[in-house]
Amino acid sequence: MRLLLHQLRAEQRLFWRTRELAFFTFLLPIVFFLIFASAYGDEEIDGADGYLHLLAGMIGYGAAATTFAGLALLLVIRRESGVLKRLRATPLPAWTYIVAVLASIVFVFLLEAVVLVALARLAFDVALPGRPFSLFAVLLLGAATFAALGIGLTALIRSAEGSSAVVNALYLPVTFISGAFFSADAFPAALRAIAEVLPLVHLIRLVRDVMVFDQAAWDRPGAVAVLVAWCLVGSVLAVRGFRWEPRER
Amino acid sequence: MTANAVEVQNLQKSYDGVEAVRGISFEIRAGEVFGLLGPNGAGKTTTVEILEGYRRPDAGTVSVLGIDPRRPTLDWRERIGVVPQSGELYPNLTVLEHLRLFAGYYAQPRPVNEVLELVGLEEKASAKTRTLSGGQRRRLDLGVALVGDPDLLFLDEPTTGFDPGARRAAWETIRSLRSLGKTILLTTHYIEEAQRLADRVAVLRRGEIVATGTPAELTGVAPASRISYRKDGERIDLQTEDPTRVLHELTGEALRGGARLEALEVHRPTLEDVYLSLTEETE
Ligand SMILES: Nc1ncnc2c1ncn2[C@@H]1O[C@H](COP(=O)(O)OP(=O)(O)O)[C@@H](O)[C@H]1O
Ligand SMILES: [Mg+2]
Repeated sequence: MRLLLHQLRAEQRLFWRTRELAFFTFLLPIVFFLIFASAYGDEEIDGADGYLHLLAGMIGYGAAATTFAGLALLLVIRRESGVLKRLRATPLPAWTYIVAVLASIVFVFLLEAVVLVALARLAFDVALPGRPFSLFAVLLLGAATFAALGIGLTALIRSAEGSSAVVNALYLPVTFISGAFFSADAFPAALRAIAEVLPLVHLIRLVRDVMVFDQAAWDRPGAVAVLVAWCLVGSVLAVRGFRWEPRER
Repeated sequence: MTANAVEVQNLQKSYDGVEAVRGISFEIRAGEVFGLLGPNGAGKTTTVEILEGYRRPDAGTVSVLGIDPRRPTLDWRERIGVVPQSGELYPNLTVLEHLRLFAGYYAQPRPVNEVLELVGLEEKASAKTRTLSGGQRRRLDLGVALVGDPDLLFLDEPTTGFDPGARRAAWETIRSLRSLGKTILLTTHYIEEAQRLADRVAVLRRGEIVATGTPAELTGVAPASRISYRKDGERIDLQTEDPTRVLHELTGEALRGGARLEALEVHRPTLEDVYLSLTEETE
């Protein structure tokens, strides 16, 4: 427990000190929310209040940016620079380390969600979520799914240099076709079909339903099932593909 | 408890057909500095990483502080320190933050101020790692490996790429570790480094140990001493196992004949000569 807290504090320090990472994963969704909400938040999107629609979208985008992209990049860089390998020679138990890394990035995401909700309330007079517990459960499920996929993704990335290109090429288009920024209705059916298979659209939908329509998380078992399925896929990939040692040599 | 910190018997390891280590045996006594000397590709890192538990041997037995590194325990990790051949740390943490972070992983760490002093980074304590020079980073590598106060320290080419001044400073540090009672396995391709630091040296060549012994023992065996001089403008080279007698005869003869032995030199074999003769390609 002492070790876990020790590592968790170190992880927080490392995250906020890595300015690019903190900017692209934590700050950018918040900045985009402010920009887009000022631009067209007062319009109605998909039968819902534009502000709420954007808020749910940016929380989904934030989940992908922090727990998927941010986690994958951070782990690949540490693996390739030899930091992970060095940790293996210390008495820090592997699970303590992994739990601390996961807890740290999930904390960043939850903080981001809180900031988004608070800004929506303060700047655009959006009501606070009526079902905070459901919202929390949905956010945790989303974070777990993307974190598992993020660790799984590290198995496919061979070098630190190319890692951010690969990660961005994956999650940014998915964020667009999942309707995080604006209604996905304008996209071709083929793209929307792809988005339906992927987890992000379901996470955004769950967040939206909880916040906009005041539904409980379990009122949409289909979306929950898709997320759980991806979470399992990601966990298998993560367990099989995770490496402590650099792949390049 | 055995008196040997490390015991290696008939260790073998290949990488898809490449035999990196071909059945080597050696032991490291508690409290000694053991040098694994050999050119690039000789199998030093492979050997060290097997002892550290990173790689699995194909055959042979290995015992490190009484433990098989294929089945490492947390207690065992408390007692070893590793300076890898390459690799970085966190660019955005300072020297002091690194030492505190790693100290936190151990039950009984060495006080970080002591470590700072040991590796000579007091002045850089609050500098971010990315602002450090190559030599300073290498010293931080050592600091991070030392902060757990290990009994056994693995140093894989700790001074490669250093300028001569920095190398001498690093040697001082390693000597002071020895006097703290640490057992040290040092790999190097610098003959002088092995000679200056190691109590015993094993010379590794293409995965095989071709000689083991103290630096004095190694230079005590062949090759012979060389005596050279010029006589009537002609350069003469002699090899002998008994330089004292040969020199006496030579100089006696020259004195009697009133001749001069110009540019007279006697070369004692250095570890370098031994090393070169041992690691020379024979085919
Ligand atoms: N992971 C690896 N995969 C394939 N070949 C390797 C690997 N590690 C080392 N080798 C090869 O094994 C031999 C010994 O390498 P190494 O142990 O690194 O030697 P040294 O540290 O003495 O330079 C070299 O021929 C090297 O190319
Ligand atoms: Mg090496």
